Amino acid sequence: MSVLTVLMEYLSRSMVRNALIVGTLIALCASLLGTTIVLKRLSFIGDGLSHVAFGALCIATVLSITDKMILVLPITILVAIILMGSNDKKKIKGDAAIAMLSVGALAFGYLLLNIVPNKRTANLSGDVCSTLFGSMSILTLSTSDVILCIVLSLVVVAFFVIFYHRIFSVTFDESFASATGIRCNLYKILLSIIIAVVIVLSMQLVGSLLISALIVFPVLSTERIFKSFLSVVIASGIVGVFCAVSGIIASIILSTPIGATVVCINVIVFAVFVIIGKFFVKH
Amino acid sequence: MAQIKGVDVSVGYEKRIVAGNINFEINEGDYLYIVGENGSGKSTLMKCILGLEKVVGGSIVYGDNLKQKEIGYLPQQTFIQRDFPATVYEIVLSGCLNGLGWRPFFGKKEKNMAMEAMRKLEITDLAKRSYPELSGGQQQRVLLARALCATGKALLLDEPVAGLDPYAQEQLYTLIYKINKEEKITIIMVSHDIEAAKKYATHILHIGKEKCVFCTKHEFIKENGGCLF
Repeated sequence: MSVLTVLMEYLSRSMVRNALIVGTLIALCASLLGTTIVLKRLSFIGDGLSHVAFGALCIATVLSITDKMILVLPITILVAIILMGSNDKKKIKGDAAIAMLSVGALAFGYLLLNIVPNKRTANLSGDVCSTLFGSMSILTLSTSDVILCIVLSLVVVAFFVIFYHRIFSVTFDESFASATGIRCNLYKILLSIIIAVVIVLSMQLVGSLLISALIVFPVLSTERIFKSFLSVVIASGIVGVFCAVSGIIASIILSTPIGATVVCINVIVFAVFVIIGKFFVKH
Repeated sequence: MAQIKGVDVSVGYEKRIVAGNINFEINEGDYLYIVGENGSGKSTLMKCILGLEKVVGGSIVYGDNLKQKEIGYLPQQTFIQRDFPATVYEIVLSGCLNGLGWRPFFGKKEKNMAMEAMRKLEITDLAKRSYPELSGGQQQRVLLARALCATGKALLLDEPVAGLDPYAQEQLYTLIYKINKEEKITIIMVSHDIEAAKKYATHILHIGKEKCVFCTKHEFIKENGGCLF
């Protein structure tokens, strides 16, 4: 059987199609948001927030809450707003705050799972591992999961398009923007909420440890070649989607872990862009 | 009525007053230099004028149809901007944002405004260039064009020539002077450069540890030969 026939056979299954749809949408949202996150020097916010989400998930597990999102989403959104709001005036600077929260939440969550007796503790390391590195749960998505993901992605993309110019201004120069009457704090809070939602969504795809890759790699890659903000944004979206689709397909064919495969393809694409940028783009 | 008037203003952080008893009056077409040593509070005063920070005491009043948010601002460069992937045109156009209201995208009017601002600052040929590739002087002119898009009345410049070579400094000063004279745009400049202040300013506001003095340039030169108080 050739690779193509194997691929066609997989694609005929709805769970694979669902995984591709969700993976593509998450990657698209993550890479769009990545442009403003990376350029604002907050690259590690994805990492920090996903660890906070992991901590929240552990609390929800210990409390045996059925719909864990009820707890995970609000906590992550709250932390996102706090982290995005931090500026030079605060005692603890942005990067230190992210580092602290990130490891703190991770340790707290893991500790909680260990000390509180729970029926799930039977397979503790397996559970933790799949939350950290992503699981095959993306292959067992229900139709309602897929619809939810489509709706949320549409909201994110619409937000990005409608507020594109404001996002540019707030990213490039916050003090100029607020001096001339742009409500920076409003846009930062909206952005924080969306970032938190995208991160909680993408935990399913790549797991908490690898989330940053979806956010930072596309924009870092395209920045090597493209010189205008608009082209970086569009190209990041395309690169992000390309890496997600090819990563998911490769992982299915080669039976490798989905999250790690997608991230590795992102790394390879980055290397290619660096080389192209060095040798073929005039400065 | 004056465009911007400060009455007994004191500025500082939290409750600590850094500079107090600041009185000044800026009218249309004035060219004001705010001078003073590092840490004297001149940057904080500037942020108060822009509404980025609150005054600790006294008040700043805006008149003559000038609203606070209509002051164009040229901030000091941040490290974020040094390798930001954006073209000159994108940055200049972003200055028009405060005129958009609830519209999400720029129309013909804003695009023309951006072109006009680039023409005034002689950077039309750089429009498609990437901002990080430009020289320091060119970057300042881009940010000045953006500030011009945000205002038709007053510009506030925060040490605009810092870090530029003498030729670029002179060029930028000349452009700012031209904008002041030809467009009747009020200029407020925070600076260390007393020599330039004596050359271009109409008024000088000196923020000192002991006292703050506001006077015309001629009074400034007559009273102490143009030295700091």
